[in-house]
Amino acid sequence: MTLIKRKITGNRLRRSGKWFFVYAIMILLVAFTALPLVYLVSTAFKPLHELYVFPPKFLVQQPTLRNFSNLLLSLSSSAVPFTRYLFNSVVITILTVGGTIFVSTLGAYGLVKHNPPGAKRLFDIVIAALMFSPYVTQIPRYLVINAMGLINSYAALILPSIAVAYNFFLIKQFVEQFPNDLLEAARIDGAGEMKIYWSIVMPSLKPAWATLLVMTFVSTWNDYFSPLIYLNSQALKTLPLALNTISGGGSSIGRAGAVAAATMLMTIPTVIVFTLMQRKVMETMMHSGIKE
Amino acid sequence: MIAPFFIFFAVFTLLPVLIALVISFTDYNMFQEMEFVGFSNYELLFLDDRIFMTALGNTFVFSLVVGPVGFFLSFFAAWVLNQLKMRNAFALAFYAPSITSGIAMSVVWSYIFSPDRYGLINNLLINIGIIDDPILWTQDPNYILPVIIVVAIWMSMGNGFLVFLAGMQNISPGYYEAARIDGIGSRFQELKYITLPLMKPQLLFAAINSVTTSFGVFDVSVSIGGFPSPNYAGHTIVAHLYDYAFVRFQMGYASAIAVVLFVITYALGRLLMRLLSNQNDY
Repeated sequence: MTLIKRKITGNRLRRSGKWFFVYAIMILLVAFTALPLVYLVSTAFKPLHELYVFPPKFLVQQPTLRNFSNLLLSLSSSAVPFTRYLFNSVVITILTVGGTIFVSTLGAYGLVKHNPPGAKRLFDIVIAALMFSPYVTQIPRYLVINAMGLINSYAALILPSIAVAYNFFLIKQFVEQFPNDLLEAARIDGAGEMKIYWSIVMPSLKPAWATLLVMTFVSTWNDYFSPLIYLNSQALKTLPLALNTISGGGSSIGRAGAVAAATMLMTIPTVIVFTLMQRKVMETMMHSGIKE
Repeated sequence: MIAPFFIFFAVFTLLPVLIALVISFTDYNMFQEMEFVGFSNYELLFLDDRIFMTALGNTFVFSLVVGPVGFFLSFFAAWVLNQLKMRNAFALAFYAPSITSGIAMSVVWSYIFSPDRYGLINNLLINIGIIDDPILWTQDPNYILPVIIVVAIWMSMGNGFLVFLAGMQNISPGYYEAARIDGIGSRFQELKYITLPLMKPQLLFAAINSVTTSFGVFDVSVSIGGFPSPNYAGHTIVAHLYDYAFVRFQMGYASAIAVVLFVITYALGRLLMRLLSNQNDY
């Protein structure tokens, strides 16, 4: 939306007197949905006695940084340096997110705009796969990954998460809206297929892949089960697993605070990625020379 | 161009699905040899498994409520939010349940629906004087499913909401300007004549997705009702599947459940596609 457009909307709503009303409702709704986030931050700053008070208090009464210093302490005592877990998580997340965006956009563009023979059949298969319960494919998938000798490697986590039916379907829906005339024009101008994909299709698909990026980032970054199943080596483990080691590793009750602090820190990158990507989604229309 | 996607897809998604399909016709416990048993898993499932029928019923009730309600709420939220200032801050708060999945979520919910008198809702109802004794929200078979439904609606909106927001950005402002010249005045007319028709692809995506996720409900049901829930009041198809796959290790039977679930969602998905897509589309 352009700025001018927004202004018009604003004025119109204000004139009809609904402006304030709309905000009030949205703030109420959003205050409610934001509760877990508030709880997360609040708990991270709770002193020990507040963590175990009954009935539990939602908000922290006497905030403290003890939890964070405890976290540092328990991290420095672990055999594998904490930065190693961070590195694993970052590498796996970046490669998975980048990989899925690349193959999904390229594949969806190829399928919709080049319409190869059997395109409809292929898409039907993707949709069908989307509807098959992931729980029951876990075990066959483990067998496949095991047979390929990928157990205990980054690849075991990254490769299966690249070509996801859900992601392909999402991007394909956006590609359908892309005007064919523009592609024709670019071809007449002599642009190669990869050039068209990279410098015409991708920029205009920004809302789609920015959204996909957020979703994949959240699910990969927080994924607990795949690393648990596919990795045995301590040096390959990711942050969610490390977090679990902190909480279960020691018997001391003080760890609960450290876990709360770690959970909060884990959430920060997600919030940053979300905010950056939403900004990107918004930018699309501001300089859209591309749309019809 | 489509090769990279479809190669990975065939190996890591399609192949496991096909293997599961084959397993559904066998008796397989992962330790002994697979034994081919024809359709007997399916026969057992429909003729002899009363708990599966309960799960089937619960899942249908759940999906008929959560699917449509979640779909419309997330669309409405995206539509309103897209017109507000500080849109990004609102969007973040709205997406928060998806970001903080897991522990933080369940703590918030167990506080709200806590079955003692300190739980938010019980406390409120007792103070107003509607009830005298706390309601066992998460233990009383009469309340488990409704509570699961409320929580699930709240949790399920995140991704659909994001897709809708993105879809709204994908509509050129030019359409709205042209419409204004043509005399379309109110926001609701804009919604009806421009936003909805132009967002068909995203609407279809979100609709299919609400079918698959609502029929695939499991996590919420377990974290609220327990596993298995009292009197199977919160038992769902996937909970049943999980029980056979990872507790009893009867993979053949679990796969048969997955196939039945697949047939249901696929049929509904086809129906939605027919309703929502254009004739010349897929």
